[in-house]
Amino acid sequence: MRGDRAKGPAIQVEGLKKSYKTLQVLRGVDFDVARGGIFALLGSNGAGKTTAVRILSTLLKADAGTVRVNGFDVATQAAQVRGSISLTGQFAAVDEILTGRENLVLVARLRRLKDPGRVADDLLARFSLTDAGGRRVSTYSGGMRRRIDIAMSLIGDPPIIFLDEPTTGLDPQARIEVWQTVKELAGRGTTVLLTTQYLDEAEQLADRIAILHEGRIIVNGTLEELRKMLPPAKVEYIEKQPTLEEIFLALVGPTAKHEKTANSEPAQSGAER
Amino acid sequence: MRGHFLGDTGLLLGRSLRHISRSADTIITTTIMPIAMMLLFVYVFGGAIRTSSESYVNYMLPGILLITVASGIAYTAFRLFTDMKSGIFERFQSMPISRSSVLWAHVLTSLVANLISLVVVVLVALLMGFRSSAGMAAWLAVGGILILFTLALTWIAVIPGLTAKSVDGASAFSYPLIFLPFLSSAFVPTGTMPGPVRAFAENQPVTSIVNTIRALFTEQPVGTGIWTALAWCVGILIVAYFFAMNTYRRKIS
Repeated sequence: MRGDRAKGPAIQVEGLKKSYKTLQVLRGVDFDVARGGIFALLGSNGAGKTTAVRILSTLLKADAGTVRVNGFDVATQAAQVRGSISLTGQFAAVDEILTGRENLVLVARLRRLKDPGRVADDLLARFSLTDAGGRRVSTYSGGMRRRIDIAMSLIGDPPIIFLDEPTTGLDPQARIEVWQTVKELAGRGTTVLLTTQYLDEAEQLADRIAILHEGRIIVNGTLEELRKMLPPAKVEYIEKQPTLEEIFLALVGPTAKHEKTANSEPAQSGAER
Repeated sequence: MRGHFLGDTGLLLGRSLRHISRSADTIITTTIMPIAMMLLFVYVFGGAIRTSSESYVNYMLPGILLITVASGIAYTAFRLFTDMKSGIFERFQSMPISRSSVLWAHVLTSLVANLISLVVVVLVALLMGFRSSAGMAAWLAVGGILILFTLALTWIAVIPGLTAKSVDGASAFSYPLIFLPFLSSAFVPTGTMPGPVRAFAENQPVTSIVNTIRALFTEQPVGTGIWTALAWCVGILIVAYFFAMNTYRRKIS
C-alpha cells in the first residue's frame, strides 16, 4: 500500500543551503535517512532545524543543494513529495473550532480516503481520544492537542513523517505519551524524522542522531557511535538519587490518561456525525 | 493536483462555514455597527438632512450596505491570519491537495458571511420603514453589484490576512474603507460639500455604487452610472486579486 519508491534512502539531503537576507541558516547540510526507524536532528534553538524541515516538506525553497524525499525532488516534484509525507509542525496545527473528530474527518476527506468517518474513529481509539472526539479542540489539554495533531498526520499512512519539536511545551506525562506514539509509528515501518533540542529525547527515541550546529551537520551516527567519540566510560560508584521527574511521575502515575479524569464532561463522540 | 481544486475548495469551504455557524458573534459584530449607524442617521440626524428621497432610510440604505461589507471583510483578514498563525495553513500546504484551494475557500467564506450580514441589515432596514418598489431584476442587479463589491474588498482583505504580524494589523485596514462612504453621496447629497471635498466625493467609487443601488431600489433609470460602478468594482477586484495572489505565491514558496 505504501508508495515506497525503489529501495533508496527515505530522505537524501546534499549541500543544502538557505539564508534569510544576510543570515546564513543552513551552510551546506548533508545527510541521508534510511527507510524505517527514527532519525533525530538535534540542535539548539536557532540551529536551523525548523528551516530544514520546512524545506524537506516543500514549504520553503532552498537556495542551493538537492533534497530528495521518498525518491522525489522537493524542488521539481513537490506534489509527489507532499503525497509521501506528513508534517507535524512545531505548534499543534489543529483547527480549534472544529471537534477532534471533525479535524480527522477533514484531513481524511482531503486525502480522498474511503470512509473518512471510520478512519477518524479508529485514530481516536488508537490515541485514547474517543471520549474527547466530539468536543471542540479548544477545550483540549496540551497533550491531547498534540495527540490529535499527530493523529492527523498519520491519516493516509504516509511513508515518511516529519515531527518538528513534537514535545516542546508539553508536561512530562504528555511527553511520554508522545514518545510512545513515535515508537509505535516506527515499529509499523514509518520513517520518522524528528527534530528536538532535548538530548534525552534523542537518546530515548532515535536510531540515528545528527547534530545540527551553526548551519552544518557536525556529527551523524547511532547513539553507540556517538558515545565512542568521548573518552571511554569509567566505573564510579555513586549514590543514585531519584530525579524530580521520577518523583513527579511516581506520584501522579506515568501511564494515567490524566485528561480523562481532568475533564468531567460527558462523552459526546457520537453527537457530531 | 489541478483536478482536485473544486473538491478541495468545497471541503475547506465547509470547514470555514462551520466556523461561522459556531461563532455567530462574528455576524453580529459585523452587522451591529452598520445597524447602529442606521439608527443614528435615521432617528437623530436624518430629520435635518434634505435629500431627494421622501424617506431617509430609503436614501441611506445603499451606503449602509457598503459599510456592512467593509466591516465584514475585517473578519476575512482575521480568519486568514488565524490560519496562518496556528500552523493549520502550513499543514494544508504540505498535504497533497490543490494549494490555491486554501485561499479560495477563505474568499468564498467571506462572500457567504457578508451576504448573510447584508440580509440581516436589509431586514432591520425593513423594520425601520425601508420600502422598495424594485422588481426581481432590479434586486438581482443590486445583489450582483454587492457580490462584486464584496469580492473586490475580500481580495484586498487577503493581503493583510497573509502578511499581518498581529491581529490588530490584520483588521485595521478596514477602517478607512468603512469611513469612505461618509465622503460620498451615501448619507448627504454631494451638492452641499465644499469644492475639493465635493470633487473627491463625486469621483470616488462609493458614490457611483451607492447612486446605482439607490436608482435600482427606486426604479429610476441607472444611466451610465452603473457602468462607472461596475468598472470600479471590477477594476479594484482585478488589481487586488493580482496583488493578493502575488503575496500568496511569495508566502508559499
